[in-house]
Amino acid sequence: MELTVGPNQFFWEAERWAALYDDLAAAPVDRVVLGELVCSKRLPFYQDRIPQAVETLAQAGKEVVLTSLALVTLKRERKLTTELAEAGALVEVNDLTALAYLPEGAPFTVGPLVNVYNETTLAWLAEKGATRVCLPPELPLSSIAVLAKAGADLGVAIEVWGHGRVPLAISGRCYHARMHGRTKDNCQFACEDDPDGLDVHTMDDQPFLAMNGVQTLSDSYACAAPHVAALEEAGVNALRLSPQSSGFAQICGLYRELVDGTRDARAITAEIQQVEPGHSLSDGFLSGARGVDWSGATLH
Amino acid sequence: MVMEIVCPAGTPAALRAAVKAGAHTVYCGFNDETNARNFPGLNFNREEMREGIAFAKSHGAKVLVAINTFPRAGGEEMWHRAVADAEACGAHAVILADLGLLAYTAKTHPGLRRHLSVQAAAANADMINFYGTEFGVKRVVLPRVLSVPEIAAINKETEVETEVFVFGGLCVMAEGRCSLSSYATGRSPNMNGVCSPASHVEYEDNGGVLDARLGGYTIHRVGKGESAPYPTLCKGCFSAGEKTGHLFEDPVSLNAEALLPELQKAGVTALKIEGRQRSRSYVAEVVRNFRAAVDALDAGRPLPTGMLARLSEGQATTTGAYKKTWR
Repeated sequence: MELTVGPNQFFWEAERWAALYDDLAAAPVDRVVLGELVCSKRLPFYQDRIPQAVETLAQAGKEVVLTSLALVTLKRERKLTTELAEAGALVEVNDLTALAYLPEGAPFTVGPLVNVYNETTLAWLAEKGATRVCLPPELPLSSIAVLAKAGADLGVAIEVWGHGRVPLAISGRCYHARMHGRTKDNCQFACEDDPDGLDVHTMDDQPFLAMNGVQTLSDSYACAAPHVAALEEAGVNALRLSPQSSGFAQICGLYRELVDGTRDARAITAEIQQVEPGHSLSDGFLSGARGVDWSGATLH
Repeated sequence: MVMEIVCPAGTPAALRAAVKAGAHTVYCGFNDETNARNFPGLNFNREEMREGIAFAKSHGAKVLVAINTFPRAGGEEMWHRAVADAEACGAHAVILADLGLLAYTAKTHPGLRRHLSVQAAAANADMINFYGTEFGVKRVVLPRVLSVPEIAAINKETEVETEVFVFGGLCVMAEGRCSLSSYATGRSPNMNGVCSPASHVEYEDNGGVLDARLGGYTIHRVGKGESAPYPTLCKGCFSAGEKTGHLFEDPVSLNAEALLPELQKAGVTALKIEGRQRSRSYVAEVVRNFRAAVDALDAGRPLPTGMLARLSEGQATTTGAYKKTWR
């Protein structure tokens, strides 16, 4: 099974952003998706570092893919998306707008924010040129198995959300800005202070969600480690690991050991928990009653 | 052209009430997971759908059938059957969100008019035109992330008709792209047609303080005498950093009645009212008011104001994303 690193979902200053990709050049991952997913206002702060990151990763033998934005509404965003589609690099479509701009028949990949829930949708995307689809994180194992089989028949690689805070929603409204009494247009980049999103607690002070500008994520870090054998059995081709501000190289290494079978799920899961102190893990979308649920505690 | 009032009906009685109150169009769904308001006791069986459509037609109204959840892998047959039955029942159009279901319907039911559900979150003209070209979509229900000037700009760039929400519940997140409910309760808007379901709601009175929980998460806490709003996730009360409050959205509902002239100028074809879970009396009153408003607008008469405030959730309303500062 392969490992794909998804686009960084958070707003990091340029140095930190570039350092992630320098590190990933040496990490045991097969593919790196990069670029701005969440908010077009962030892009100018690190845009000029993208070509170098692409170059570094490609030289290290990684497949490099550029992501589209998750929600394209503004004229400026439409222009950005057109340019992305015309750049000639492999594009990960995370809003169907990008697909509308891609040259007819050009290969592309599909990210987890496009709703691919069934075989007919998968087949339609395959016909358009999709070569790889990362499924929506909320899909259960039963649906993943059906889609992995369909993907194999269609020649589309199937990827599953493997690790990291789960993207749960995208909005026209910026919650970071709202929290600071500002509007999105005058956000003053409040989200920059929270390199893994801002923890959102319930009225009982229970950790629940994370705020990331216009995006809302889970508080828990999804961890598909307990299910890697089942996913492999189902024919899933890759796990997606989502960047976080600390310990990410270690996370990549742990999943590598797991998918290579050099260490077992119990040992890997225990170690992953140590990399995420103070945060719970979840795998409920795969196998639980609710997305937040975690089966890992019962591993033995 | 007078703007079309598109009204919800969760029951055959609500459909009849809406039609009698002057709805040009009514939308409803079958009583299963194929529609995004899959609530207990709501929606139509096949016979009710056939009768409801016949009733509407006899009063000069149209019926749209929402089949706007995302078909389950390995179980798409249920959605395919819903499309076929909607056509057989005489639906004016089906409202779809899933790419695969759109492709299937365009291919196997080419004569059945297709509308794009808000659940598809088509938020710009390029994407809307893409759906128009690929699947022959004739109308798009716009996601609630756009301002009125943006809607006007979209209408200048597309032949696809636009329908916008003007009244009722307000999704704060881009619809069809939200798994909050699924994360907290296991019940998903996209897969099950359910958001923040009543089955997962608990209220607990702790010595005069009332907690409202969803999926075990306390997202409202009110003192004695205050009313606790229904714990819809995105309108819950949370804390982050130094702040505690309704961090995503206040418990408000949408009321764009004051914006009707602007929406008409923006080239909007149809005005959609949310609330298939609402009573027939509520539906009838909302329809009567909006019908009077669009007729007044069409005749160049001034609009009645404040007509619907008392029907709104908790009395508090918003114009949502239609005003850019909402963002």
